Amino acid sequence: MLRVDITKQLGEFSLQASFESEGRVTGLFGASGAGKTSLINMIAGLLRPDRGIIALDGETLDDTSAGVHVPPHRRRIGYVFQDARLFPHLNVRQNLDYGRRMNRLAADPAQHTRVTDLLDIGPLLDRRPGQLSGGERQRVALGRALLSKPRLLLLDEPLGSLDEGRKVEILPYFVRLRDEANVPMVYVSHDAAEMRQLATQIVMLRNGRVTALGGVKVLTGG
Amino acid sequence: MFDISPTEWTAILLSLRVAIIATLVATPFGIALAWLLARRDFWGKSILDALVHLPLVLPPVVTGYLLLLTFGRRGLVGAWLADNLGIVFAFRWTGAALACGIMSFPLLVRPIRLSIEAIDRRLEQASSTLGAAPWQVFATVTLPLALPGILAGMVLGFAKAIGEFGATITFVSNIPGETQTISSAIYSLIQTPDGDVAALRLVAISVVIAMAALIGSEWFARRATKRLHGN
Repeated sequence: MLRVDITKQLGEFSLQASFESEGRVTGLFGASGAGKTSLINMIAGLLRPDRGIIALDGETLDDTSAGVHVPPHRRRIGYVFQDARLFPHLNVRQNLDYGRRMNRLAADPAQHTRVTDLLDIGPLLDRRPGQLSGGERQRVALGRALLSKPRLLLLDEPLGSLDEGRKVEILPYFVRLRDEANVPMVYVSHDAAEMRQLATQIVMLRNGRVTALGGVKVLTGG
Repeated sequence: MFDISPTEWTAILLSLRVAIIATLVATPFGIALAWLLARRDFWGKSILDALVHLPLVLPPVVTGYLLLLTFGRRGLVGAWLADNLGIVFAFRWTGAALACGIMSFPLLVRPIRLSIEAIDRRLEQASSTLGAAPWQVFATVTLPLALPGILAGMVLGFAKAIGEFGATITFVSNIPGETQTISSAIYSLIQTPDGDVAALRLVAISVVIAMAALIGSEWFARRATKRLHGN
């Protein structure tokens, strides 16, 4: 279970969000500028809240009143960025292996095969990120995050930088991921259609405030 | 013309040794300083930046004399090092290496700093979300991506070190076999009657070394751009 109750001032913009989520895919929904990325950066530990608490499965990750801040590398929270952020000096295989090496986990060939099959990235393993298409890059970024064996996976508009054709190509992978990978996810998007297909629970954000919580029905409830 | 005498060989080999040691010892400091200047904000940063660049703008004689005052036998640091650690710089080839290291330091630091500044910090964030501690981020993302810049800086620093003259001759004089580098050998030769041919030989050799270093540096710079674009 993810629990977030924070405030953060970012220049003129104030973010004040409080929610709990238990679903397999929590959809963080809102227009651009609503504070979605800042919010998941705080869940990842890349940004520190001014005040408040972030907890995952009973473990406190941030608690400003107690001075607790677990740094990102100790959170075991995977993050798929909108712009993939693959390491340009490593090939796909090394990118996929990166999280396992950093966490000093034993090699897990079965998991490796499962993830590369799930995302159809087997044929790309020896390529450099510069030789991949946008959609391929995003699939590799997803595989890289999964193979670091996270407790929670954050996805920040992973389809945002792709055109419509690519989106249709990638979306099924996320559905498969939701149904097969067994990792809870927080999926950020401003696209209601994507949300309906993927999310099991919605947190609606507007101007830095949570305006609605609940099932996918809240998307139509307005 | 191409009959290089033993004295000239000694000067060439000494120059190479001095420049290589100076570059290798200065590089870790250069990387640390470049990282500090590229990534951190702290009080006195502009003073530190100016201090690093000082040898570039000061007359080399001044730098050499300051080194003599500090690291000479009776210098503050020099006396202490000699008494406690047995390290002597004055009138030794190690002193030449120290002078060359300091004179070439600004040229070493600059490309490294630029390459660190060019690294997309979001890659470092991605690395930390994958479980990399700060030192691991540095070792597996920052350093490899800065590597072409580091090599370029080393080549440039080396080229500067091998040509250094003013500070070296002021600090450690011009002793054949100990502190006489190519530059000071040329200086001696042109003051000697009939030294012209030998001087020209050494001039040709320094041109070759400098050209090789510049071409090498250019090559590394091109690799750096390619690497950052992921091909």
